[in-house]
Amino acid sequence: METFEQVKEVIVEKLGVDADKVTPEARFVEDLGADSLETVELIMGLEDKFGISISDEDAEGIRTVQAAVDYIGSKQ
Amino acid sequence: MAVGITALGTYAPQRVLTNQDLEKMLETTDEWIVSRTGIRERHIAAENEFASTMGVRAVQDLVRRHPDALAGVDFIVCATSSPDALFPSTAALIGGEVGLAGVAAYDLSCACSGFVYACATAHGFIAAGIARRVLVIGAETLSKIVDWQDRGSCILFGDGAGAAIVEAVPEGYGFQSFALGADSAGGPSLYMRAVADRIPGVEKDLMAPKVGMNGREVFKFAVRVLGDSGQQALTKAGLAPADVDWLIPHQANVRIIDAARERFGIPEEKVVVNLERYGNTSTASIPLALQEAVDAGRVKDGDQLLFVAFGGGLSWAAGCLKWYGGAGAMVTGAAAEVSA
Repeated sequence: METFEQVKEVIVEKLGVDADKVTPEARFVEDLGADSLETVELIMGLEDKFGISISDEDAEGIRTVQAAVDYIGSKQ
Repeated sequence: MAVGITALGTYAPQRVLTNQDLEKMLETTDEWIVSRTGIRERHIAAENEFASTMGVRAVQDLVRRHPDALAGVDFIVCATSSPDALFPSTAALIGGEVGLAGVAAYDLSCACSGFVYACATAHGFIAAGIARRVLVIGAETLSKIVDWQDRGSCILFGDGAGAAIVEAVPEGYGFQSFALGADSAGGPSLYMRAVADRIPGVEKDLMAPKVGMNGREVFKFAVRVLGDSGQQALTKAGLAPADVDWLIPHQANVRIIDAARERFGIPEEKVVVNLERYGNTSTASIPLALQEAVDAGRVKDGDQLLFVAFGGGLSWAAGCLKWYGGAGAMVTGAAAEVSA
């Protein structure tokens, strides 16, 4: 499965949003309604799914679905 | 030798601070606090109430429920993150007030993991023959050390105290395992200065004499460690999550408890949560939750309990306990002699 689809799965599970809302441009907070703790849960979900560690500093920069896909790509 | 909890007592200060009260003090809302934490109100110690005075009240509640509970107590361990003083210990101060002057007493500093650590300590003392009946206390006046200007942290905490008697119980009951740990790499995520003007990893200008916290880091740590340490304790005891009748977590934040519970695979109806009325009372939170569950008839004789806690250190502690509720819970000398 490509990275985008895997990221989408985590987002749908952690944020409880419809899959069709999860577009590359979608912003977690503004478009997908994530609150501060949900963004932490999302980052944790991505860490678990991809076996990577995302620092607090890096996490601050991951604000859209595409940014998450790109970040994971850079770590693999 | 089987060792377990045979008596409990608790205390929460009279003054209640609601989220609506906080709305008047800080830029925050009831909705924000409830959705992020699950907390609706917390008890706040009076000006002249401290960990020792609240610990004494919890012990008095325990004696009211079990009049003979203090007879033969030969060790007092008080877990606290907000002691009256560095010394004398809060445990010694409490002992002096409840008729146990002369009994061995010390404080245990392990932040919110402290109550479970203290139970493990008591178990060890008894198993090693150092003590026979241990008074374990968790007592906190966090309201006196939180930063009331920091709306991200001060809303979380409350004051309270709990006391328990740990001693021999009939075979088949009692503590079955503990999983304890600590790692100072996470120290800067949750800290409170004392003598030194430095804590590794904490910037100098953040060294105010108040509780400092990085909520995101603590959240991530807590969600993972609650599940991991709980699983370790179960494995050590030869149990599985499905064997747990009641998960009794440290009452920090309902979002942490929910996330950990889901990872762990324990259904919501098996989790004891009362933080909506107390907030995070650190070492007092597990006894406060356990006492309510016992009083409500939820936790019954023979139930399989799992304690899980985390806190500053960062530290963690889990413990499996087969609840002994026989004969009104208090094992008198005879029963204790038989199993000893």
